[in-house]
Amino acid sequence: MGAEKLLVIVVSAIFINNIILSRFLGICPYIGVSKKLGSAIGMGFAVIFVLTIASSVTYLIYVLFLYPSTNNFWYWITGKMYDLTYLRTITFILVIASLVQLVEMVVQKISPPLYKALGIYLPLITTNCAVLGISVLNIEENYNFIESTIHGFAVGIGFTLVLILMAGLREKLDLMDLPKPFEGPAIAFILAGLMSIAFLGFAGLKF
Amino acid sequence: MDIMFIIVSVITAGALGFIFGGGLAYAAKVFSVEKNPKIEEVAEVLPNANCGACGYAGCNAYAEAVVEYDENITLCIPGGKEVADKIAQILGKKAGETVAKVAYLKCKGTHALAKDKAIYNGINDCKAAVLVAGGNKVCEYGCLGLGTCEKVCPFDAIHIGEEGLPVVDDEKCTGCGVCVEACPKNVLDLMPKDNKVYLACSSQDKGKTVKDYCKVGCISCTLCVKKCPVGAISMKGNLPVIDFEKCTNCGVCVHICPTKSYIDKIRNRSKFFIDTKCTGCTKCISVCPVKAISGNEGEKHTIDPNKCIGCGLCVPACPEGAIKIMGALGYGQKVE
Repeated sequence: MGAEKLLVIVVSAIFINNIILSRFLGICPYIGVSKKLGSAIGMGFAVIFVLTIASSVTYLIYVLFLYPSTNNFWYWITGKMYDLTYLRTITFILVIASLVQLVEMVVQKISPPLYKALGIYLPLITTNCAVLGISVLNIEENYNFIESTIHGFAVGIGFTLVLILMAGLREKLDLMDLPKPFEGPAIAFILAGLMSIAFLGFAGLKF
Repeated sequence: MDIMFIIVSVITAGALGFIFGGGLAYAAKVFSVEKNPKIEEVAEVLPNANCGACGYAGCNAYAEAVVEYDENITLCIPGGKEVADKIAQILGKKAGETVAKVAYLKCKGTHALAKDKAIYNGINDCKAAVLVAGGNKVCEYGCLGLGTCEKVCPFDAIHIGEEGLPVVDDEKCTGCGVCVEACPKNVLDLMPKDNKVYLACSSQDKGKTVKDYCKVGCISCTLCVKKCPVGAISMKGNLPVIDFEKCTNCGVCVHICPTKSYIDKIRNRSKFFIDTKCTGCTKCISVCPVKAISGNEGEKHTIDPNKCIGCGLCVPACPEGAIKIMGALGYGQKVE
Protein backbone atom coordinates (compact mmCIF):
# COMPACT_ATOMS: atom_id res chain seq x y z
CA MET A 1 0.00 0.00 0.00
CA GLY A 2 2.71 2.46 1.03
CA ALA A 3 4.89 2.29 -2.06
CA GLU A 4 1.85 2.12 -4.31
CA LYS A 5 0.40 5.28 -2.83
CA LEU A 6 3.72 7.07 -3.20
CA LEU A 7 3.82 6.12 -6.90
CA VAL A 8 0.32 7.49 -7.36
CA ILE A 9 1.34 10.70 -5.62
CA VAL A 10 4.43 11.07 -7.81
CA VAL A 11 2.70 10.40 -11.13
CA SER A 12 -0.27 12.58 -10.33
CA ALA A 13 1.95 15.41 -9.11
CA ILE A 14 4.09 15.35 -12.23
CA PHE A 15 1.49 14.75 -14.93
CA ILE A 16 -2.12 14.73 -13.87
CA ASN A 17 -2.18 17.58 -11.40
CA ASN A 18 0.83 19.38 -12.75
CA ILE A 19 1.45 22.41 -10.58
CA ILE A 20 1.62 24.83 -13.50
CA LEU A 21 -0.64 23.38 -16.13
CA SER A 22 -3.50 22.04 -14.00
CA ARG A 23 -3.26 23.91 -10.73
CA PHE A 24 -2.07 27.19 -12.28
CA LEU A 25 0.38 27.93 -9.49
CA GLY A 26 3.86 29.29 -10.08
CA ILE A 27 2.90 31.02 -13.32
CA CYS A 28 5.27 33.90 -12.56
CA PRO A 29 8.55 31.97 -12.92
CA TYR A 30 6.92 29.88 -15.64
CA ILE A 31 6.63 32.94 -17.88
CA GLY A 32 9.49 34.93 -16.39
CA VAL A 33 12.34 32.42 -16.38
CA SER A 34 11.44 30.36 -19.43
CA LYS A 35 13.24 32.53 -21.96
CA LYS A 36 16.46 30.56 -21.94
CA LEU A 37 16.94 26.85 -21.46
CA GLY A 38 19.94 27.32 -19.19
CA SER A 39 18.18 29.53 -16.68
CA ALA A 40 15.05 27.36 -16.86
CA ILE A 41 17.07 24.35 -15.76
CA GLY A 42 18.67 26.35 -12.95
CA MET A 43 15.31 27.63 -11.78
CA GLY A 44 13.79 24.15 -12.04
CA PHE A 45 16.39 22.57 -9.80
CA ALA A 46 16.15 25.42 -7.30
CA VAL A 47 12.38 24.84 -7.14
CA ILE A 48 12.79 21.07 -6.62
CA PHE A 49 15.24 21.81 -3.85
CA VAL A 50 13.06 24.34 -2.05
CA LEU A 51 9.80 22.46 -2.55
CA THR A 52 11.18 19.27 -1.05
CA ILE A 53 12.60 20.99 2.01
CA ALA A 54 9.64 23.35 2.43
CA SER A 55 7.00 20.62 2.28
CA SER A 56 8.74 18.52 4.93
CA VAL A 57 9.44 21.44 7.26
CA THR A 58 5.99 23.02 6.94
CA TYR A 59 4.45 19.61 7.61
CA LEU A 60 6.44 19.29 10.81
CA ILE A 61 5.57 22.80 11.93
CA TYR A 62 1.91 22.16 11.21
CA VAL A 63 1.78 18.89 13.14
CA LEU A 64 3.93 20.05 16.03
CA PHE A 65 2.46 23.48 16.64
CA LEU A 66 -0.78 24.07 14.83
CA TYR A 67 -2.85 20.92 14.50
CA PRO A 68 -4.68 19.87 17.65
CA SER A 69 -3.57 16.34 18.46
CA THR A 70 -1.74 14.42 21.14
CA ASN A 71 1.52 15.06 19.29
CA ASN A 72 1.10 18.80 19.60
CA PHE A 73 3.64 20.86 21.47
CA TRP A 74 0.98 22.67 23.45
CA TYR A 75 -0.66 19.38 24.44
CA TRP A 76 2.60 18.25 25.99
CA ILE A 77 2.93 21.51 27.92
CA THR A 78 -0.61 22.43 28.94
CA GLY A 79 -2.41 19.14 28.51
CA LYS A 80 -5.08 20.90 26.45
CA MET A 81 -5.64 20.95 22.71
CA TYR A 82 -5.60 24.27 20.90
CA ASP A 83 -6.74 24.46 17.29
CA LEU A 84 -4.27 26.88 15.77
CA THR A 85 -4.81 25.75 12.17
CA TYR A 86 -6.09 29.20 11.25
CA LEU A 87 -2.47 30.41 11.62
CA ARG A 88 -1.50 28.07 8.79
CA THR A 89 -0.97 30.59 5.98
CA ILE A 90 1.02 33.11 7.96
CA THR A 91 3.27 30.50 9.59
CA PHE A 92 3.91 28.76 6.30
CA ILE A 93 4.92 31.99 4.60
CA LEU A 94 7.21 32.76 7.52
CA VAL A 95 8.73 29.30 7.45
CA ILE A 96 9.22 29.19 3.69
CA ALA A 97 10.72 32.67 3.45
CA SER A 98 13.23 32.16 6.22
CA LEU A 99 13.98 28.64 5.09
CA VAL A 100 14.89 29.78 1.60
CA GLN A 101 17.11 32.48 3.03
CA LEU A 102 18.80 29.97 5.27
CA VAL A 103 19.30 27.48 2.48
CA GLU A 104 20.80 30.21 0.32
CA MET A 105 23.30 31.12 3.02
CA VAL A 106 24.24 27.53 3.72
CA VAL A 107 24.69 26.73 0.05
CA GLN A 108 26.80 29.81 -0.47
CA LYS A 109 29.08 28.80 2.35
CA ILE A 110 29.28 25.08 1.72
CA SER A 111 29.14 24.75 -2.03
CA PRO A 112 30.02 27.81 -4.12
CA PRO A 113 29.53 25.95 -7.43
CA LEU A 114 26.01 24.94 -6.43
CA TYR A 115 25.40 28.50 -5.28
CA LYS A 116 26.50 29.78 -8.66
CA ALA A 117 24.08 27.41 -10.38
CA LEU A 118 21.06 28.00 -8.12
CA GLY A 119 22.00 31.16 -6.27
CA ILE A 120 20.26 33.83 -8.29
CA TYR A 121 17.06 31.81 -8.48
CA LEU A 122 16.73 30.96 -4.81
CA PRO A 123 15.53 34.39 -3.61
CA LEU A 124 12.98 34.39 -6.42
CA ILE A 125 11.32 31.32 -4.98
CA THR A 126 10.91 32.84 -1.53
CA THR A 127 7.55 34.26 -2.45
CA ASN A 128 6.59 31.69 -5.05
CA CYS A 129 2.94 30.73 -4.66
CA ALA A 130 3.71 27.18 -5.78
CA VAL A 131 5.72 26.52 -2.63
CA LEU A 132 3.02 27.79 -0.32
CA GLY A 133 0.38 26.04 -2.42
CA ILE A 134 2.03 22.65 -2.12
CA SER A 135 2.57 23.05 1.62
CA VAL A 136 -1.13 23.76 2.02
CA LEU A 137 -2.09 20.93 -0.33
CA ASN A 138 -0.05 18.46 1.71
CA ILE A 139 -2.22 19.34 4.70
CA GLU A 140 -5.47 19.30 2.75
CA GLU A 141 -4.72 15.86 1.32
CA ASN A 142 -3.89 14.48 4.77
CA TYR A 143 -0.48 13.28 3.68
CA ASN A 144 1.92 11.98 6.30
CA PHE A 145 5.51 13.21 6.61
CA ILE A 146 7.04 10.94 3.95
CA GLU A 147 4.16 11.47 1.56
CA SER A 148 4.43 15.23 1.98
CA THR A 149 8.14 15.22 1.23
CA ILE A 150 7.74 12.97 -1.79
CA HIS A 151 4.82 15.05 -3.00
CA GLY A 152 6.87 18.24 -2.73
CA PHE A 153 9.72 16.62 -4.62
CA ALA A 154 7.45 15.28 -7.36
CA VAL A 155 5.73 18.61 -7.80
CA GLY A 156 9.18 20.15 -8.22
CA ILE A 157 9.95 17.59 -10.92
CA GLY A 158 6.67 18.40 -12.67
CA PHE A 159 7.44 22.11 -12.47
CA THR A 160 10.93 21.62 -13.88
CA LEU A 161 9.65 19.40 -16.68
CA VAL A 162 7.10 21.93 -17.84
CA LEU A 163 9.49 24.85 -17.41
CA ILE A 164 12.11 23.15 -19.55
CA LEU A 165 9.55 22.20 -22.21
CA MET A 166 8.38 25.81 -22.27
CA ALA A 167 11.92 27.19 -22.46
CA GLY A 168 12.74 24.90 -25.38
CA LEU A 169 9.63 26.05 -27.21
CA ARG A 170 10.22 29.71 -26.45
CA GLU A 171 13.80 29.59 -27.67
CA LYS A 172 12.43 28.43 -31.02
CA LEU A 173 9.60 30.93 -30.80
CA ASP A 174 12.06 33.80 -30.49
CA LEU A 175 13.26 33.13 -34.00
CA MET A 176 9.79 33.07 -35.53
CA ASP A 177 8.36 35.87 -37.56
CA LEU A 178 5.46 36.80 -35.32
CA PRO A 179 2.93 39.59 -35.70
CA LYS A 180 4.00 42.47 -33.46
CA PRO A 181 1.12 42.24 -30.93
CA PHE A 182 1.93 38.58 -30.23
CA GLU A 183 5.62 39.00 -29.51
CA GLY A 184 7.03 38.16 -26.10
CA PRO A 185 4.79 37.14 -23.20
CA ALA A 186 1.62 37.30 -25.30
CA ILE A 187 2.48 34.28 -27.41
CA ALA A 188 3.96 32.61 -24.34
CA PHE A 189 0.58 32.73 -22.63
CA ILE A 190 -1.14 31.28 -25.69
CA LEU A 191 1.49 28.56 -25.76
CA ALA A 192 0.97 27.93 -22.05
CA GLY A 193 -2.75 27.49 -22.69
CA LEU A 194 -2.11 24.97 -25.46
CA MET A 195 0.31 23.05 -23.25
CA SER A 196 -2.26 23.05 -20.50
CA ILE A 197 -4.82 21.53 -22.84
CA ALA A 198 -2.28 18.91 -23.90
CA PHE A 199 -1.57 18.01 -20.27
CA LEU A 200 -5.30 17.68 -19.71
CA GLY A 201 -4.95 14.43 -21.61
CA PHE A 202 -3.17 12.91 -18.62
CA ALA A 203 -6.36 13.27 -16.60
CA GLY A 204 -7.48 10.05 -18.30
CA LEU A 205 -4.70 8.06 -16.55
CA LYS A 206 -6.17 5.48 -14.22
CA PHE A 207 -4.55 3.34 -11.59
CA MET B 1 -13.45 31.86 23.91
CA ASP B 2 -10.63 30.86 26.11
CA ILE B 3 -8.14 33.58 27.01
CA MET B 4 -5.49 30.85 27.00
CA PHE B 5 -6.28 30.22 23.33
CA ILE B 6 -5.38 33.77 22.43
CA ILE B 7 -2.22 33.63 24.50
CA VAL B 8 -1.19 30.33 22.95
CA SER B 9 -1.78 31.67 19.43
CA VAL B 10 0.20 34.81 20.10
CA ILE B 11 3.03 32.85 21.65
CA THR B 12 3.10 30.33 18.80
CA ALA B 13 3.21 32.92 16.04
CA GLY B 14 5.50 35.22 17.99
CA ALA B 15 7.90 32.52 19.03
CA LEU B 16 8.11 31.05 15.54
CA GLY B 17 8.83 34.49 14.12
CA PHE B 18 11.39 35.15 16.82
CA ILE B 19 13.10 31.80 16.36
CA PHE B 20 13.27 32.07 12.59
CA GLY B 21 14.34 35.70 12.67
CA GLY B 22 16.99 35.03 15.28
CA GLY B 23 18.06 31.87 13.52
CA LEU B 24 18.53 33.77 10.28
CA ALA B 25 20.51 36.48 12.00
CA TYR B 26 22.69 33.87 13.63
CA ALA B 27 23.08 31.89 10.39
CA ALA B 28 24.04 35.06 8.55
CA LYS B 29 27.00 35.35 10.93
CA VAL B 30 27.94 31.69 10.93
CA PHE B 31 27.64 31.23 7.20
CA SER B 32 28.86 34.64 6.14
CA VAL B 33 31.22 34.45 3.21
CA GLU B 34 33.94 37.00 3.50
CA LYS B 35 34.02 39.31 0.56
CA ASN B 36 36.10 42.31 -0.13
CA PRO B 37 33.77 45.27 0.61
CA LYS B 38 35.32 47.08 -2.31
CA ILE B 39 33.65 44.64 -4.69
CA GLU B 40 30.27 45.98 -3.67
CA GLU B 41 31.46 49.56 -3.93
CA VAL B 42 32.76 48.99 -7.44
CA ALA B 43 29.60 47.11 -8.43
CA GLU B 44 27.53 50.07 -7.33
CA VAL B 45 29.50 52.44 -9.53
CA LEU B 46 29.16 50.27 -12.63
CA PRO B 47 26.17 50.90 -14.93
CA ASN B 48 24.62 47.53 -14.02
CA ALA B 49 23.35 46.96 -17.53
CA ASN B 50 25.14 43.59 -17.56
CA CYS B 51 25.93 44.09 -21.24
CA GLY B 52 29.07 41.99 -21.12
CA ALA B 53 31.18 44.49 -23.07
CA CYS B 54 34.00 44.04 -20.55
CA GLY B 55 34.13 40.34 -21.34
CA TYR B 56 32.72 39.24 -18.00
CA ALA B 57 29.35 37.63 -17.29
CA GLY B 58 27.97 40.77 -15.72
CA CYS B 59 28.75 43.90 -13.80
CA ASN B 60 29.22 41.98 -10.54
CA ALA B 61 31.64 39.55 -12.13
CA TYR B 62 33.62 42.45 -13.55
CA ALA B 63 33.65 44.22 -10.19
CA GLU B 64 35.04 41.07 -8.60
CA ALA B 65 37.70 40.75 -11.28
CA VAL B 66 38.70 44.39 -10.89
CA VAL B 67 39.09 44.15 -7.13
CA GLU B 68 40.39 40.61 -6.70
CA TYR B 69 42.36 39.91 -9.83
CA ASP B 70 43.69 43.34 -10.70
CA GLU B 71 41.74 43.54 -13.96
CA ASN B 72 42.03 46.62 -16.17
CA ILE B 73 39.59 49.22 -14.85
CA THR B 74 38.86 50.84 -18.20
CA LEU B 75 37.06 47.87 -19.71
CA CYS B 76 33.59 49.21 -18.98
CA ILE B 77 32.73 50.86 -22.29
CA PRO B 78 29.17 52.01 -21.49
CA GLY B 79 30.41 53.62 -18.27
CA GLY B 80 33.30 55.24 -20.06
CA LYS B 81 35.78 57.55 -18.40
CA GLU B 82 33.37 58.57 -15.67
CA VAL B 83 33.04 55.05 -14.28
CA ALA B 84 36.73 54.30 -14.73
CA ASP B 85 37.53 57.42 -12.70
CA LYS B 86 35.18 56.36 -9.92
CA ILE B 87 36.64 52.85 -9.81
CA ALA B 88 40.09 54.39 -9.75
CA GLN B 89 39.04 56.48 -6.77
CA ILE B 90 37.78 53.42 -4.89
CA LEU B 91 40.86 51.37 -5.60
CA GLY B 92 43.38 54.19 -5.50
CA LYS B 93 44.50 53.52 -9.05
CA LYS B 94 44.98 55.79 -12.01
CA ALA B 95 42.48 55.59 -14.84
CA GLY B 96 43.64 55.49 -18.41
CA GLU B 97 41.72 56.99 -21.29
CA THR B 98 38.62 55.31 -22.58
CA VAL B 99 37.43 56.49 -25.94
CA ALA B 100 33.66 56.65 -26.34
CA LYS B 101 32.71 54.46 -29.24
CA VAL B 102 29.65 53.75 -31.31
CA ALA B 103 28.74 50.91 -33.60
CA TYR B 104 28.49 51.51 -37.34
CA LEU B 105 27.40 49.46 -40.31
CA LYS B 106 29.98 48.70 -42.96
CA CYS B 107 27.40 48.18 -45.68
CA LYS B 108 25.10 50.43 -47.67
CA GLY B 109 23.52 47.75 -49.81
CA THR B 110 19.78 48.04 -49.31
CA HIS B 111 17.61 45.63 -51.27
CA ALA B 112 17.13 48.31 -53.90
CA LEU B 113 20.88 48.82 -54.36
CA ALA B 114 22.39 45.39 -53.80
CA LYS B 115 21.17 42.32 -55.65
CA ASP B 116 19.47 39.41 -53.92
CA LYS B 117 20.33 35.93 -55.10
CA ALA B 118 17.22 34.27 -53.71
CA ILE B 119 14.12 34.93 -51.69
CA TYR B 120 14.76 33.89 -48.10
CA ASN B 121 11.75 32.49 -46.27
CA GLY B 122 13.40 30.86 -43.29
CA ILE B 123 13.82 31.88 -39.67
CA ASN B 124 13.92 35.64 -39.36
CA ASP B 125 17.45 35.86 -38.06
CA CYS B 126 20.78 36.62 -39.73
CA LYS B 127 22.57 33.75 -38.03
CA ALA B 128 20.03 31.27 -39.41
CA ALA B 129 20.05 32.88 -42.85
CA VAL B 130 23.83 32.64 -43.10
CA LEU B 131 23.57 28.88 -42.78
CA VAL B 132 21.58 28.74 -46.01
CA ALA B 133 24.26 29.38 -48.64
CA GLY B 134 25.59 32.41 -46.79
CA GLY B 135 22.44 34.49 -46.88
CA ASN B 136 20.23 35.86 -49.61
CA LYS B 137 22.49 38.62 -50.92
CA VAL B 138 24.69 38.07 -53.93
CA CYS B 139 27.44 40.03 -52.18
CA GLU B 140 28.84 37.67 -49.62
CA TYR B 141 30.04 40.54 -47.43
CA GLY B 142 26.77 42.45 -47.31
CA CYS B 143 24.38 43.04 -44.43
CA LEU B 144 21.39 40.70 -44.52
CA GLY B 145 19.22 43.10 -42.53
CA LEU B 146 17.29 40.43 -40.62
CA GLY B 147 17.98 42.17 -37.34
CA THR B 148 20.10 39.88 -35.18
CA CYS B 149 21.87 43.04 -34.00
CA GLU B 150 18.54 44.66 -33.16
CA LYS B 151 17.59 41.69 -30.98
CA VAL B 152 20.85 41.51 -29.06
CA CYS B 153 21.33 45.23 -28.41
CA PRO B 154 20.98 45.72 -24.63
CA PHE B 155 20.42 49.46 -25.03
CA ASP B 156 17.72 49.53 -27.73
CA ALA B 157 20.16 51.53 -29.86
CA ILE B 158 20.03 49.65 -33.15
CA HIS B 159 16.95 49.17 -35.28
CA ILE B 160 16.22 47.93 -38.76
CA GLY B 161 15.44 51.05 -40.75
CA GLU B 162 12.92 51.57 -43.50
CA GLU B 163 15.35 50.43 -46.15
CA GLY B 164 15.99 47.11 -44.45
CA LEU B 165 19.40 47.89 -42.99
CA PRO B 166 20.17 48.43 -39.31
CA VAL B 167 20.46 52.04 -38.18
CA VAL B 168 22.49 52.87 -35.10
CA ASP B 169 21.16 55.50 -32.74
CA ASP B 170 24.38 57.26 -31.71
CA GLU B 171 22.70 58.81 -28.68
CA LYS B 172 21.74 55.45 -27.22
CA CYS B 173 24.69 53.40 -28.44
CA THR B 174 27.29 52.89 -25.74
CA GLY B 175 29.78 51.05 -27.91
CA CYS B 176 29.52 47.85 -25.89
CA GLY B 177 30.08 45.80 -29.02
CA VAL B 178 27.45 43.15 -28.38
CA CYS B 179 26.05 43.62 -31.89
CA VAL B 180 29.54 43.44 -33.40
CA GLU B 181 30.00 40.06 -31.73
CA ALA B 182 26.57 38.83 -32.78
CA CYS B 183 26.72 39.82 -36.45
CA PRO B 184 27.45 36.70 -38.50
CA LYS B 185 28.50 38.79 -41.51
CA ASN B 186 30.92 40.99 -39.56
CA VAL B 187 29.50 44.12 -41.13
CA LEU B 188 29.24 45.93 -37.82
CA ASP B 189 32.23 47.52 -36.16
CA LEU B 190 33.02 50.15 -33.56
CA MET B 191 34.44 53.57 -34.22
CA PRO B 192 35.19 56.57 -32.01
CA LYS B 193 32.11 58.64 -31.35
CA ASP B 194 33.87 61.82 -32.47
CA ASN B 195 34.47 60.46 -35.95
CA LYS B 196 31.79 61.30 -38.43
CA VAL B 197 33.00 59.79 -41.70
CA TYR B 198 33.30 56.11 -42.51
CA LEU B 199 33.34 53.65 -45.37
CA ALA B 200 30.06 51.77 -45.56
CA CYS B 201 31.27 48.73 -47.45
CA SER B 202 33.15 45.64 -46.42
CA SER B 203 33.40 43.82 -49.72
CA GLN B 204 36.81 42.35 -50.47
CA ASP B 205 35.67 41.41 -53.98
CA LYS B 206 37.37 42.87 -57.03
CA GLY B 207 36.01 46.11 -58.46
CA LYS B 208 34.20 44.57 -61.38
CA THR B 209 32.50 41.92 -59.27
CA VAL B 210 31.39 44.53 -56.76
CA LYS B 211 29.94 46.64 -59.55
CA ASP B 212 27.88 43.68 -60.73
CA TYR B 213 26.60 42.94 -57.24
CA CYS B 214 25.93 46.31 -55.70
CA LYS B 215 25.46 49.89 -56.79
CA VAL B 216 27.13 51.42 -53.74
CA GLY B 217 29.95 48.94 -53.14
CA CYS B 218 33.56 50.02 -52.99
CA ILE B 219 35.31 49.20 -56.27
CA SER B 220 38.80 49.72 -54.85
CA CYS B 221 39.60 52.67 -57.12
CA THR B 222 41.90 54.05 -54.37
CA LEU B 223 40.79 57.60 -55.19
CA CYS B 224 40.09 58.29 -51.53
CA VAL B 225 43.53 57.06 -50.52
CA LYS B 226 45.12 59.51 -52.93
CA LYS B 227 42.88 62.44 -52.11
CA CYS B 228 42.83 62.22 -48.32
CA PRO B 229 44.54 65.41 -47.17
CA VAL B 230 45.84 63.89 -43.94
CA GLY B 231 46.82 60.47 -45.32
CA ALA B 232 44.42 58.70 -42.99
CA ILE B 233 43.21 56.20 -45.59
CA SER B 234 45.18 53.18 -46.69
CA MET B 235 44.31 50.10 -48.74
CA LYS B 236 43.89 46.82 -46.93
CA GLY B 237 43.26 44.14 -49.51
CA ASN B 238 40.60 45.49 -51.83
CA LEU B 239 39.19 47.92 -49.29
CA PRO B 240 40.33 51.32 -48.07
CA VAL B 241 40.61 51.60 -44.30
CA ILE B 242 40.32 54.87 -42.40
CA ASP B 243 42.70 55.47 -39.53
CA PHE B 244 40.22 57.10 -37.17
CA GLU B 245 42.98 58.71 -35.15
CA LYS B 246 44.32 60.61 -38.12
CA CYS B 247 40.95 61.38 -39.71
CA THR B 248 39.81 65.00 -39.38
CA ASN B 249 36.25 64.41 -40.65
CA CYS B 250 36.88 66.71 -43.61
CA GLY B 251 34.63 64.60 -45.80
CA VAL B 252 36.74 64.78 -48.92
CA CYS B 253 36.53 61.01 -49.34
CA VAL B 254 32.75 61.17 -49.11
CA HIS B 255 32.70 63.74 -51.87
CA ILE B 256 35.27 62.09 -54.06
CA CYS B 257 34.03 58.50 -53.92
CA PRO B 258 32.64 57.54 -57.35
CA THR B 259 30.36 54.83 -55.94
CA LYS B 260 29.21 56.88 -52.93
CA SER B 261 30.37 54.12 -50.60
CA TYR B 262 31.26 56.53 -47.82
CA ILE B 263 28.81 57.85 -45.26
CA ASP B 264 29.06 61.29 -43.72
CA LYS B 265 27.22 61.57 -40.41
CA ILE B 266 27.31 65.36 -40.64
CA ARG B 267 24.31 66.27 -42.71
CA ASN B 268 24.29 69.60 -44.54
CA ARG B 269 27.83 70.69 -43.87
CA SER B 270 28.10 74.47 -43.67
CA LYS B 271 29.88 76.30 -46.47
CA PHE B 272 32.84 78.59 -45.91
CA PHE B 273 33.46 82.15 -47.02
CA ILE B 274 36.46 84.50 -47.07
CA ASP B 275 36.19 87.86 -45.36
CA THR B 276 38.06 91.11 -45.97
CA LYS B 277 41.17 90.10 -44.06
CA CYS B 278 42.26 88.08 -47.11
CA THR B 279 45.59 89.21 -48.50
CA GLY B 280 45.46 87.01 -51.57
CA CYS B 281 48.31 84.66 -50.66
CA THR B 282 46.75 81.73 -52.66
CA LYS B 283 47.64 79.25 -49.93
CA CYS B 284 44.01 78.21 -49.55
CA ILE B 285 43.67 77.64 -53.28
CA SER B 286 46.34 74.98 -53.24
CA VAL B 287 44.77 73.28 -50.24
CA CYS B 288 41.16 73.12 -51.45
CA PRO B 289 40.44 69.55 -52.61
CA VAL B 290 37.50 70.53 -54.80
CA LYS B 291 38.95 73.69 -56.33
CA ALA B 292 36.17 75.85 -54.96
CA ILE B 293 38.44 78.82 -54.24
CA SER B 294 39.39 81.21 -56.97
CA GLY B 295 41.23 84.53 -57.15
CA ASN B 296 44.51 85.93 -58.38
CA GLU B 297 47.52 86.54 -56.21
CA GLY B 298 47.22 89.77 -54.27
CA GLU B 299 43.44 89.96 -54.69
CA LYS B 300 40.70 88.83 -52.31
CA HIS B 301 39.81 85.23 -53.00
CA THR B 302 36.28 83.91 -53.14
CA ILE B 303 34.80 80.52 -52.37
CA ASP B 304 32.20 79.13 -54.74
CA PRO B 305 29.45 77.95 -52.36
CA ASN B 306 28.20 75.50 -54.97
CA LYS B 307 31.54 73.74 -55.09
CA CYS B 308 32.52 74.02 -51.40
CA ILE B 309 31.95 70.75 -49.52
CA GLY B 310 32.53 72.22 -46.09
CA CYS B 311 35.65 70.22 -45.35
CA GLY B 312 37.30 73.11 -43.54
CA LEU B 313 40.81 72.33 -44.79
CA CYS B 314 41.34 75.91 -45.93
CA VAL B 315 40.70 77.34 -42.45
CA PRO B 316 44.00 76.30 -40.86
CA ALA B 317 45.81 77.01 -44.14
CA CYS B 318 44.92 80.73 -44.07
CA PRO B 319 47.62 82.76 -42.30
CA GLU B 320 45.26 85.68 -41.72
CA GLY B 321 42.34 83.72 -40.25
CA ALA B 322 40.12 85.13 -42.95
CA ILE B 323 38.06 82.01 -43.69
CA LYS B 324 34.86 81.63 -41.71
CA ILE B 325 31.93 79.29 -41.60
CA MET B 326 28.62 80.52 -42.93
CA GLY B 327 26.10 80.44 -40.12
CA ALA B 328 26.78 78.90 -36.74
CA LEU B 329 29.16 76.04 -36.04
CA GLY B 330 26.42 73.49 -35.81
CA TYR B 331 28.33 70.23 -35.78
CA GLY B 332 31.20 68.58 -34.04
CA GLN B 333 33.76 69.17 -36.74
CA LYS B 334 37.34 69.51 -35.68
CA VAL B 335 38.07 73.01 -36.96
CA GLU B 336 40.89 74.85 -35.31
